[in-house]
Amino acid sequence: MTRHRGRGMASINYPIGMNLGGDPSQALVHSNPSGKFTVALSSIDLGQGMKSVTRQICAETLGVPVEDVYVDTADSDTGPHCMGSFASRGTHRVGNAVMAAAREARGVMMEAAAEELEVNAADLETDGRGNIHVKGAPHRSISTKDVAIAAQFKQGKTISGRGIFLVPLSDVDPETGEMSPATCYAHACLVAEVEVDDETGEVAMVRMDSAYELGRALNPRLVEQQLVGGAWMGVSHALYETPEPYYPDPAHGPRDFVEYLMPGPGDICAHDIAVLERPAPDGPFGAKGPGEMCANPVLPAVANAIFNAVGVRIDDLPITPEKVLRAIKAQGGARPQARH
Amino acid sequence: MSKIPLQFRHNGRDVAIFVDGGTNLLVALRELIGDMTPKFGCGQGGCGTCSVLIDGELHLSCLTLAETVAGRSIETLDGMKQGPNLHPLQRAFADNFAAQCGYCTPGMLMAAKALLDRNPSPSRADVIEAISGNICRCTGYEPIINAILAAAGGRASA
Ligand code: FES
Ligand code: FES
Repeated sequence: MTRHRGRGMASINYPIGMNLGGDPSQALVHSNPSGKFTVALSSIDLGQGMKSVTRQICAETLGVPVEDVYVDTADSDTGPHCMGSFASRGTHRVGNAVMAAAREARGVMMEAAAEELEVNAADLETDGRGNIHVKGAPHRSISTKDVAIAAQFKQGKTISGRGIFLVPLSDVDPETGEMSPATCYAHACLVAEVEVDDETGEVAMVRMDSAYELGRALNPRLVEQQLVGGAWMGVSHALYETPEPYYPDPAHGPRDFVEYLMPGPGDICAHDIAVLERPAPDGPFGAKGPGEMCANPVLPAVANAIFNAVGVRIDDLPITPEKVLRAIKAQGGARPQARH
Repeated sequence: MSKIPLQFRHNGRDVAIFVDGGTNLLVALRELIGDMTPKFGCGQGGCGTCSVLIDGELHLSCLTLAETVAGRSIETLDGMKQGPNLHPLQRAFADNFAAQCGYCTPGMLMAAKALLDRNPSPSRADVIEAISGNICRCTGYEPIINAILAAAGGRASA
């Protein structure tokens, strides 16, 4: 028995969101009489952090502390329309919608503040700590809370805003079939190192190194969390998971978590990640979104690493020990490739 | 079918309920006690999100007959924080971004607590062993392992 090391690489060009129907999402922002703001969305936070990131975007745009913003998600009865949380579109599409809504709400808030301070709204600025003051004269100031109270009880104004993000529809050229399926792309490159056992066909992950270019990372810890967790899922798709192991024959399909294989905490490897920030021109504060691309490059990189280790090219996922072993046998033994 | 009277301690408090024969502890805790912290993932021992401590030992509540815990002491995630203060493990989970959707988190925290209660300074291998019966779909495990090690080291940050 010999264990062979191999290294494989993959790079990807990943579209953020999609083109279908303009891929719209809406957001509504309004202030409460307490001077706090609510963002109403029907978008869903699956744990990836959409609530946190839309909260940051809203607070930054309004010019108020992040603690003053509450994000209400996932109710299509009370929230405005959203296409959904998929296609890595949340930060970019919903973020843009929230930004537009917050901008409109900010306009009303500044008008209401101007009326209270008896100045021109254009002369006002927010301090990001819950106050609005005259530029160059910070003592002429009013809190957002007092503005909200004045708007609600005195001026009869709603401090609110509507936002939508809609991608301009890209028609398909009838001659060439050419179209522009996305407006914003993220990029990544990942190197996987594996160890392949030529007697059992088992593949063990040794380490991963990756670089992700995903626009501005609005919340770096959430980005890192997404990339770490997503790479695990990529390994899982590359080597373990399948509902139909002998597709199209339905036999031996897993029926529960015991039979549906996924790598456990003992099967993971070190993963060094570099995040490159190149702000996207049409993203909220330059953000694209790490979404699904966190898993994608792992699959081809692992397949390439297995080829590099034992010389077998497996193009059918997941790459189970059985497939590796059959392929090694078919070519008459492991044939390690050159390593660069 | 007649109900069976059952008494046990739930997070330091005595509780008395009536259960049907065959009721598992997970259902008893969630539906009869109202403690929703142990989650239902699979109901057959495959995921670990229903984990609780029985007399300090880690058990899968979905595979435990409720009748068998009479007179014993059950700890769930609901009893973990001390008053308004998060338990150091909870703090470390938050600081290390060890939860995304959070569905595995109750089970992970109970497994981690069982480990630290018997071994306050575990190695990375000990931590991996301790959570190997718990499935997480989101985090890739690394942040969870780091959080448990951080809590053990008394450093509640990454
Ligand atoms: S619900 Fe008990 S192990 Fe899955
Ligand atoms: S955080 Fe989602 S399953 Fe672990």
